[in-house]
Amino acid sequence: MTTIHQFENDFQDKIDQEAKIEPKDWMPDAYRKTNLRQISQHAHSEVVGMLPEGNWITRAPSLKRKAILIAKVQDEAGHGLYLYCAAETLGQSREQMIDDLLSGKAKYSSIFNYPTLTWADMGAIGWLVDGAAILNQVMLCRTSYGPYARAMVRICKEESFHQRQGFETLLVLSKGTAAQKEMCQDAINRWWWPSLMMFGPKDSESTNSDQSMKWKIKRKSNDELRQNFVDMIAEQIKLLGMTLPDPHLKWNEQKKSYDFGEINWEEFWNVVKGNGPCNKERIDARIKAHEQGAWVREAALAYAEKKNKIKTVSAA
Amino acid sequence: MQQINFILSLADANLILSQRNAEWCGHGPVLEQDIAITNITLDLLGQARNFYQYAASLVNQSGNMPGNIATEDSLAYRRTEREFKNILLCELPKGDWAQTVLRQFFYSVFCKGLYTQLLQGQDAQLSAIAEKSLKEVLYHVRWSGEWVMRLGDGTAESNQRMKQALQFLWPYTGEMFMPAGFENNEIDLASIKKQWLSQVRSILEEATLQLPAGNIFMQSGGKKGIHTEHMGFLLAEMQYLQRMYPDANW
Repeated sequence: MTTIHQFENDFQDKIDQEAKIEPKDWMPDAYRKTNLRQISQHAHSEVVGMLPEGNWITRAPSLKRKAILIAKVQDEAGHGLYLYCAAETLGQSREQMIDDLLSGKAKYSSIFNYPTLTWADMGAIGWLVDGAAILNQVMLCRTSYGPYARAMVRICKEESFHQRQGFETLLVLSKGTAAQKEMCQDAINRWWWPSLMMFGPKDSESTNSDQSMKWKIKRKSNDELRQNFVDMIAEQIKLLGMTLPDPHLKWNEQKKSYDFGEINWEEFWNVVKGNGPCNKERIDARIKAHEQGAWVREAALAYAEKKNKIKTVSAA
Repeated sequence: MQQINFILSLADANLILSQRNAEWCGHGPVLEQDIAITNITLDLLGQARNFYQYAASLVNQSGNMPGNIATEDSLAYRRTEREFKNILLCELPKGDWAQTVLRQFFYSVFCKGLYTQLLQGQDAQLSAIAEKSLKEVLYHVRWSGEWVMRLGDGTAESNQRMKQALQFLWPYTGEMFMPAGFENNEIDLASIKKQWLSQVRSILEEATLQLPAGNIFMQSGGKKGIHTEHMGFLLAEMQYLQRMYPDANW
């Protein structure tokens, strides 16, 4: 007789051999739950993430920039869609996931609780926020759960495009008028620390990390990814002729990477808990869209049912 | 000059409707439809850009604006509400989903007729833009027509909302077929109107809705730069960065 213990061993063997776990495979409950939490949270982040950038679509400063921004926000909706589909393979409906988002039970990336105040924020989000997301997502292309890994491969291609567009937006500003340069530096100042926070708590404080590494849901720790990010951005910013708002940022020859200052963890936990500058606005906007869309979804369903009935009758 | 004004009226209509539809991005009734309306927004913006770029090249050739080089952005961002030539239908608020899809349907069926005529016209550049745009417009007609049917024949509430949208929008449909004096003689608005009425009537019937009866007074003025009060706010928002930093490139 096969015992649970054997199932668990076989499961771990599979992961150790780098085989992907598929929806119909046996998996421990905690593995299912962790993936469901992470993938749905990722999907919510894409959808909520449409709001701060969507905020600038009607004010984009040129037709070309407007087109690029609309396409980018639309890509995010698409990412949300296939991440919801990936999460559904773990046995929860999209409706349930959305209910959890709207009730506050499910989280999304805290970065989207910061406001977009100037046009330069569109560049800074692309470069810093998408840049931080990509480091995480490149890792996730090799995550052990098959549907998630495959969704990430597609998402990564579009994200790296967004990051380059963001950088290019800032590059134009950095070469522009005095007001544009100031706008550029100001956006970097405001988005730098929140971007570093995107990698989550320090390894020593991260509760889910060990098991996730063992199951190869994650392959790099929060601190490792954060360091990679700092090293990448500290070099790229030289091309912009701008600075990062951290007096402790300094190349460390010995460890061949940058030292950097301490994150404001009090702010981090407060934004996570719902006290960020835009937490309420973001969720309110999602609730409003959901509630005002209810009659549309009902009508579409009613119409589809009517048409199905007609089909059934005429086929009989 | 007439030809430039005509092209600008097409560019303006597409840009302004695109600007309105963009307000849905991130706020749609369901994720799939958020993506669909945003797709249409992008198509309209793309068409607007093609028309603006062509208009800009004609303005520059005409030498009417010495010292100033017209670009798609100068035309979109540096003209006042009195200079915009879009039909009023495009600038009306997005309203609810019923109003948005019905407006799109009315506009897209009109564009289908208009672009089909431009395609056969003498102006090779306009014909090329029309050809490219038509492929998109046919999809817009299908998508919006399906929504009109779905909502008209969906629930009691959706039917009621469609009736309200129809009542609100109908007086703005007549302007599409009123000549403004800048259309060239290849454009036959009367025949576009005939085709438009026939397709609109048939989809509304499918949707269990009726064309408004009686002789309804039609609003107009957009093509001549006499707009609704909504227009000033729309442009103030859209043009603000270009107005605030006139020396900047983006």
